[in-house]
Amino acid sequence: MLARQSSLHASDRELARFHFRVVLAAVAVLAALSLLGARFFYLQVVQHDYYSTRAEDNRISVVPIVPNRGVIVDRAGIVLARNYSAFTLEITPSKVDDLEATIDGLGKLIEIEAKDRRRFRKLLDEGKTFESLPIRTRLTEEEVARFAANRYLFPGVEVKARLFRQYPLGSTASHAIGYINRINKRDLEKIAESEEAANYKGTDHIGKTGLEQKYEFALHGETGYEQVEIDAGGRAIRSLSRTPPVQGSHLTLTLDVKLQEVAEEAFGDRRGALVAIEPSTGGILALVSSPTFDPNLFIDGIRNEDWDVLNKSRDRPMLNRALNGTYPPGSTFKPFMALAGLETGRRTAGQSISDPGFFNFGGHHFRDDKVGGHGTVDMYKSIVQSCDTYYYQLATDMGIDAIAGFMGQLGFGQRTGVDIEGESEGVLPSPEWKKRRFRRPEQQKWYAGETVSIGIGQGYNSYTPIQLAQATATVANKGVMFRPHLVKYITDSRTGEKTMIEPEPLRRLPWKPQHVETIKNAMIGVNTQGTGARAFAGAGYTSGGKTGTAQVYSLKGSTYKESAIRKELRDHALFIAFAPADEPKIALAVIVENGGFGAQSAAPIARMVIDYYLLGKLPKGAAAEDDVKED
Amino acid sequence: MHEFLARVWRGLVAHVDAPLLLITLTLMAVGLTTVYSATYDANSHLLAQMLNMAIGLCAMWTVAQVPPQKLMRFGVPLYLVGVVLLILVFFFGIKVNGARRWLSLGFTRIQPSEVLKIAVPLMLAWYFHKNEAVLKFRHYVVASLLLLVPFALIAKQPDLGTAILVGAAGFYVIFFAGLPWRVIGGLLAIASAATPFAWGMLHDYQRKRILTLVDPTTDPLGSGYHIIQSTIAIGSGGKVGKGWLAGTQTHLEFIPERHTDFILAVFSEERGLLGNGILLLLYLLMIGRGLMIAARASTLFGRVMAGSVTLSLFTYVFVNMGMVSGILPVVGVPLPFMSYGGTALVTLSVGIGILMSINTHRMLVRS
Repeated sequence: MLARQSSLHASDRELARFHFRVVLAAVAVLAALSLLGARFFYLQVVQHDYYSTRAEDNRISVVPIVPNRGVIVDRAGIVLARNYSAFTLEITPSKVDDLEATIDGLGKLIEIEAKDRRRFRKLLDEGKTFESLPIRTRLTEEEVARFAANRYLFPGVEVKARLFRQYPLGSTASHAIGYINRINKRDLEKIAESEEAANYKGTDHIGKTGLEQKYEFALHGETGYEQVEIDAGGRAIRSLSRTPPVQGSHLTLTLDVKLQEVAEEAFGDRRGALVAIEPSTGGILALVSSPTFDPNLFIDGIRNEDWDVLNKSRDRPMLNRALNGTYPPGSTFKPFMALAGLETGRRTAGQSISDPGFFNFGGHHFRDDKVGGHGTVDMYKSIVQSCDTYYYQLATDMGIDAIAGFMGQLGFGQRTGVDIEGESEGVLPSPEWKKRRFRRPEQQKWYAGETVSIGIGQGYNSYTPIQLAQATATVANKGVMFRPHLVKYITDSRTGEKTMIEPEPLRRLPWKPQHVETIKNAMIGVNTQGTGARAFAGAGYTSGGKTGTAQVYSLKGSTYKESAIRKELRDHALFIAFAPADEPKIALAVIVENGGFGAQSAAPIARMVIDYYLLGKLPKGAAAEDDVKED
Repeated sequence: MHEFLARVWRGLVAHVDAPLLLITLTLMAVGLTTVYSATYDANSHLLAQMLNMAIGLCAMWTVAQVPPQKLMRFGVPLYLVGVVLLILVFFFGIKVNGARRWLSLGFTRIQPSEVLKIAVPLMLAWYFHKNEAVLKFRHYVVASLLLLVPFALIAKQPDLGTAILVGAAGFYVIFFAGLPWRVIGGLLAIASAATPFAWGMLHDYQRKRILTLVDPTTDPLGSGYHIIQSTIAIGSGGKVGKGWLAGTQTHLEFIPERHTDFILAVFSEERGLLGNGILLLLYLLMIGRGLMIAARASTLFGRVMAGSVTLSLFTYVFVNMGMVSGILPVVGVPLPFMSYGGTALVTLSVGIGILMSINTHRMLVRS
């Protein structure tokens, strides 16, 4: 009692001051807690929507589900391109603190080569840090198990099952089918232009060449989406919703891959091209560019060693000669010239010339191949025996404009519109072309002397094998012209609905039937008694053909001696053909680079292909080369 | 027999302050459910926290039985032992994550700075109580020095959270003991002038924490991550929350330290503004009760000690809630009776015990 009283007396003032300070503290506390309350109100009421969205964004990740790419089969249903499932080891860079350390750690479990790292770096440089990027593809079961056991050590690293493209027949028809490869910046632009960007989220491969490129958007399919709940470590906890992907459409080709194999084998290791077309539809039966390459090498980015081999080879296997090789047609041009002569009224079938073995134009001698000449030559003989003088004369009589006009109608010097991108135009010589092609006025002028050798398919003439095949098919089909194409129909993988491609004639050339008959007859004559007779001896069908030899090396007056000339400078051998003669089912053009005479190396290839296509077997003792002297 | 039991009961509850106990128990219950939600996915800390709470309640009851005059006597030895231990830590402490806070005793290790949270106010309150009759300006200077020594040692470890709490506890004693306003004003002026220098003395990570507070997005994957994720958790909780055990930020592990320092984010996400309001109210009641006890205390020691303990509790609450909701930098301060962890729980319980002691021994002094 005493103590309390004394303290009361002693410090009344102190006590008052203390109480004042307590009240002050209470006010401060109230203010501070109110501030917190206001903060909570701001976050939880005012900003609630914003933070809700943020929380949802945090937890929900929309994962694209890449559709299976469409399958490509030949006309008989043989699979040319398909998909198979394999495991890949993938890293999401944004979820990994130290990439190098992570990759090093993974390298202790699973073999990671320098090239894997390089590829990963490259993908990383493309700025895809929020996507999961493969560090290793095609893991073995054992590697998958080894990683699974240590997975907790590697946040942001996952094993994923992915579908890989595979070309089961390897190099067969690779120039037609093409290949897929990783999407690069240029592809991204193309995708963006086509407004397909949303559909390509998650897709990392795209068709780069051939049909894979041309039909990319059909083959790709529709990307599906899955909403996945993820935790802070980026691990998927559960699926919230799923929109399944739709597999890409399947392509069924007009190509007969068995025939293709026969044709490719017929070339052996020779360089060249072959295009075989069904005349009544324009469907391509075989499209050979030799040598070829294995498209499987490209799928995950080709290895430098493999690329060097392909790129540095003198044979240039990556060049699609059927579409991008341009060659003078040589004597294979003659049937078309003859038809032009008939159609323009410059010649009749019976009109003959006398061939002294050369053609004199303005004091210049244009040589015929046969010393001393072919004697009296009419149109039939001019084709069967391949008389040059006849065509020097014809070309001169017709003039360049008429030739160019007629040949242009046949598709020479124009892209055929085949369903592969990047086709070459070739050169259809004409005064207009010279004006476009050259800059100096004296070069731009067309000289009448230049018309002479145009008649025998030399000079500025330069066409792609597919143009030659298309023209042959058009003659075989009596002037009804089709766009050459590889895809017969596209099958929607969901509905099974088939969309046919063609056949709708590109144009109907108004040729007189008897004119076409004359040419076809003469071409039949080539294969029965002319320059193609040897190659087609004993064939169980009638066929029409024409040999050709295209000069690579100018003779300058000396005699051509094959052995004396380097192989690269030897003439190109050509052959065009159709069969059976009355109702052609196949028309083709063959070129063997530096093959010498057309009858020697190109015609036997045509024989093998036609035999196989019509009879289902190869000719007896099918010889690749023999020693017919011709042209 | 009945009589005996009644006497035992009276003895048990004699020094227990019912309102404080009730509020404490309520907070503990809320804390337990939240700790459960924050940890049940992996490894429930429920039982461990219940044990912590039992120990805390025992400590609270025990301290409540001790009259303030006896509590006072603990001030000097506790303070001296604490400071000596801090010096030992300074020289021989174990370094964990770049901070030297722990002292190894061979079989276990202790964090002496925790003791100072009680020892410093006890010591200072005793000091002022002893000199009550002759209080001069120099006493404030001495008290300040007594405070500064442990504060500096703890800040140097570095342990900003504990340093703030110890410093605050000591300052509150000096404040309630009557530190003149002009000195307070002068200190404030000096403090604001010294801010740039203080900035230079902060550790890099401490500076980063303050910077990220200004703009958390500058370092979204680094030190800003805590603040960003906890504000998302709070904001997405909305008015009534996502429901117990239903917080996505919590259960998908976006909230760091979710059962300890950031437990408020868990609570806010699942209980919403309503839960936060109730929580604030509980703390307000607790602080109000504490200030009431301080105001009614019969001795200087009782007044300043109760005031300091109460405002310390407030400091815990404000610093923790402020950092979790993104208005204060991230410092390691737990949320009283909510955060998982035995040490803070016991310290806070001892604090409540002291309040109870001061309140219930008033009458004894008088009689």
